Amino acid sequence: MELVLPGVGLTFWMLLVFSLLLFLLKKFAWKPILTMLAERENSIEEALKSADQAREQMAKLQSDNEALYKQAREERDQILKEAREMKDSIIGEAKRSAEEEGKRMIMKASEEISKQKTAAIAELKGQVATLSVNIAEKLINNQLSNSEEQQSIIAKQVNSLNNNQQAIA
Amino acid sequence: MPENKELSTIEKLQKFTIIVIFTLFSPIFTFANPTISAIDTANAGKSEQHAVHAEAHDQVKPEAFNPGTMILDHVKDAHDWHILDYTSNGVSHPLSVPLPIILYDNGLHVFMSSKFEHGHAVVESKGNFYKLHEGHIYKTEADGHIEANAKKVVSNAAPLDFSITKNVFALLLGAVIILLVFLTASKGYKKRGVGAPKGIQSLLEILIVFMKDEVIKPSVGKHYAKYLPLLLTIFFFIFINNLLGLIPFFPFGANLTGNISVTLILALFIFIVVNFSGNKHYWKHIFMPDVPVALWILLIPIEILGVVLKPFVLMLRLFANITAGHTIILGFFSLIFIFGQMNIVAGYGTALFSVAFTLFMSVLELLVAFLQAYVFTLLAALYIGSATEEHHHAEEHH
Repeated sequence: MELVLPGVGLTFWMLLVFSLLLFLLKKFAWKPILTMLAERENSIEEALKSADQAREQMAKLQSDNEALYKQAREERDQILKEAREMKDSIIGEAKRSAEEEGKRMIMKASEEISKQKTAAIAELKGQVATLSVNIAEKLINNQLSNSEEQQSIIAKQVNSLNNNQQAIA
Repeated sequence: MPENKELSTIEKLQKFTIIVIFTLFSPIFTFANPTISAIDTANAGKSEQHAVHAEAHDQVKPEAFNPGTMILDHVKDAHDWHILDYTSNGVSHPLSVPLPIILYDNGLHVFMSSKFEHGHAVVESKGNFYKLHEGHIYKTEADGHIEANAKKVVSNAAPLDFSITKNVFALLLGAVIILLVFLTASKGYKKRGVGAPKGIQSLLEILIVFMKDEVIKPSVGKHYAKYLPLLLTIFFFIFINNLLGLIPFFPFGANLTGNISVTLILALFIFIVVNFSGNKHYWKHIFMPDVPVALWILLIPIEILGVVLKPFVLMLRLFANITAGHTIILGFFSLIFIFGQMNIVAGYGTALFSVAFTLFMSVLELLVAFLQAYVFTLLAALYIGSATEEHHHAEEHH
């Protein structure tokens, strides 16, 4: 029976010691320990969260990079295309202008030729006239009798010469 | 820095507890003054009755082994720390460590328990005479006469006994050890912050986190943080003292957590906390249960009884489990001596089995040490949880 009856002394000491223990542990052990555990829980949670964020950012960065790469490639293609077009147009332009220049030169040359020819013909005509006058003088000197008949014959001669000259041209 | 200041406070407290340990053990240093109660013949002249008693004691042959007495003496509290009995010249002598006796009887009376000479001597203190009789201290006349009737009920007056008994000593030692362990851990947290725990800190952290997250949090509910210090202190107090009680040599092995006074105070704390934190649903459940009013007359007394019964069961369960554990282990050891008295060979033979069984029981008791601390804390947390529960279910009646 004595075993199940609480003793005054031990009950008193237990109350005192346990209350004291509770107070000291609460103040000097549980408070720092539990605060630190909660803090650690928070820091782990935050670390996990920030790792997730970093992973997300990484993925975003990667997709950004890809887009940028794609864009750069497109730009390059565009530039190449433009360059090719420009080259083609420059070549075409050059060809055309060269052609025109050639045509213009040919035309100029042919004009010059015809001008020269006309001059040559005129000169030739002059010379022929002079020659003819000389011939006529000689003829006249020789035969002044039939001057008029002679003059018409000479004109006839010169005209036929003129016609011949035109046929040559 | 306030952090450093607190750290140094913890360190100071740690040093202080170490000093307390040494102070606790100071009785051992008086051990040089033999406490072995070989009867001092000089005392024989004190009183005739005492002399007769002493003479009778002197002639005691090593008495027949009585397992019941031995076990009861162990599981009960005592005024000195009995270590062993030895026999010299055919006389049995107890070897024990004396503990301080503190009596309140119109003033404080303080002396060492060795003065009682295991109940054979009358101690005079400030004009009063005291005698130790069957583990209790009674006030007597100078002759030390104890008036007991046939049923062994003593009619002598008993002073208020606040002695540092075996269990009080174990309680102080346990408290100091707990304090030292947790201050060390706390210092670790202060030093390492949120970093990885080290040493004793990591061992305790497993238990603290387990109790906090797996037991207290789900049982108490959302207001659990308020009750953490009390519940964790109770858990570690029971657990560590259970373990210390399993160490079979001085200064451990006292049946502290198997003492009804100790479990009474633990249960009292739970009783007070549960009823002081009980909300209106808790009290409505008791005084205005969700049953027809006619049944209230039946149910209200039952509910009121339940309020007291819950902590009462906590008290009884811990007491019974730990006392039973100590009793079984001592019972196995007693077998050796019971058989040894019949036949020495039978004694040795039994020893083989007894040691094996005791080993098994000790391992089992290690489990029980944790289990009982766990169960006490879990149930206490559940009681607090049901008293502070916010929503109210009519179906939840139990």
